[in-house]
Amino acid sequence: MITSRVLVGLVRLLVGAHARWISSTPSSAQRVYFANHSSHLDALALWSALPPALRNSTRPVAARDYWGKGGVRGFIADHGFRAVYIERDIAKREGDPLQPLMDALDAGDSLIIFPEGTRSQERLPQAFKAGLYHLAKRYPQAEFVAVYLDTLHRSMPKGSLLPVPLICTVRFGRVLHLQPDEEKETFLQRAREAVVELA
Amino acid sequence: MSEQHKFWWVMAGILALLLVASAIGAVLHYRTDPGRRGVVDNLNARIRAWWVMVALLCACFELGRIATLVFFALASFFALREFTTLTPTRRGDHWPLCLCFYVAIPLQYWLIGVDWYGLFAICLPVYGFLLLPAISALTGDVESFLERTTKMQWGLMLTVYCISYAPAVLLLHIPGYEGQSLLLMLYLLLVVQISDVLQYVFGKLFGKRKLAPVVSPSKTVEGLVGGGLCATLIGACLWWITPFTFWGSAGMSALIVMAGFLGGLALSAVKRSLGAKDWGSMIEGHGGMLDRLDSVSFAAPIFFHIVHYAFT
Repeated sequence: MITSRVLVGLVRLLVGAHARWISSTPSSAQRVYFANHSSHLDALALWSALPPALRNSTRPVAARDYWGKGGVRGFIADHGFRAVYIERDIAKREGDPLQPLMDALDAGDSLIIFPEGTRSQERLPQAFKAGLYHLAKRYPQAEFVAVYLDTLHRSMPKGSLLPVPLICTVRFGRVLHLQPDEEKETFLQRAREAVVELA
Repeated sequence: MSEQHKFWWVMAGILALLLVASAIGAVLHYRTDPGRRGVVDNLNARIRAWWVMVALLCACFELGRIATLVFFALASFFALREFTTLTPTRRGDHWPLCLCFYVAIPLQYWLIGVDWYGLFAICLPVYGFLLLPAISALTGDVESFLERTTKMQWGLMLTVYCISYAPAVLLLHIPGYEGQSLLLMLYLLLVVQISDVLQYVFGKLFGKRKLAPVVSPSKTVEGLVGGGLCATLIGACLWWITPFTFWGSAGMSALIVMAGFLGGLALSAVKRSLGAKDWGSMIEGHGGMLDRLDSVSFAAPIFFHIVHYAFT
């Protein structure tokens, strides 16, 4: 609890992480927030921008190769924002890579995911990977919320250790559901557009 | 009268002013139609923010020198953060920017804390000025190099170097005025801010001729003259907390008012060339940290050096 508070304070001090609820409002319904991915700060910034009551039940999905190595990062991920680890290295995967995410959703938690899979240095996100579609199909009752994070790619570009303090605005957009018999590509495209329109 | 006594007399005056302002704000709020409260709401937000800022100033004074330096270091940090957010930066600026935030700010305020005037005055304009572009060049990114370097230098000078001159008043050792330099800092901040407020009020009440419509549409001749003269008069009447005589204090206040006005104008131009209306949204009703400190950043260095030259 204390770790989380200190963490949020630090994130606010460094990158602001001000929430703008543009086409959705905070809600305790089960949600999957999906956002553009441009830095290692993304998960922290989005999570810090949520109202405190929602933070407790919302878990960011984090790459095991970056956050899961113990040390300070591991402490932040485990005790600060309760990361759900995802294995990005195909060789190390056992079974369904989405299983940890589904476990969290089955337990009633909300998730923060970055469907591009990897960080991009551009303003607009790359194409989305299929994971988002599989989750949407399996959890039709969950609300899928588009989110856009600005300036973070400048704050902590790939390969840098320290973040440059810049004010990041976290924009929350539309709520999406998978339509009956909607194709995978159509849904992923629609989801990406919902993020792009916030940019 | 001791420094403490003088401080609380001034605070009592500010408190009275704020109470009157809050009362006027409340009356205006009830007498304006709910649909047309835009200006009044903004006024009330500003007054509320003033209460907070005055409380912070009191805390600084009670807690002393180190707290004051930490307070201004944070102000510089937030101002530089606003400036850098509006400035387009590239990958190659990462290390120089980290240096600005994590080294330049603590160093500059530490130098004030240890009373090292010689290095405080030249650290950023000489060493910082030369070191930053050198580090940028090492990263090998030459795309609009001069523009990027210039913007970074401007940000650093304005938000760290210039703003640090306000608490640097504590460095001034004026014979016969020992141990009262916090009062002199209070004097500087009061005159700058009262001048800003009065120029705004006079401009809203009597403003007709716009001074610089393109740069800063809210600045008017009537606002500058009326607000500036009033602020100078108030500053002159505060001579008893300064080492100056009444007329000396009037001159100093006039100088602070002019420098503050030019600062607001120049920084408006910078802001507009970066494509923004406000620097940020940190202080409700006022915009960002830099919207509140723009005039301080110009007035403080000039005030400091004139007092330094004439009194020490």
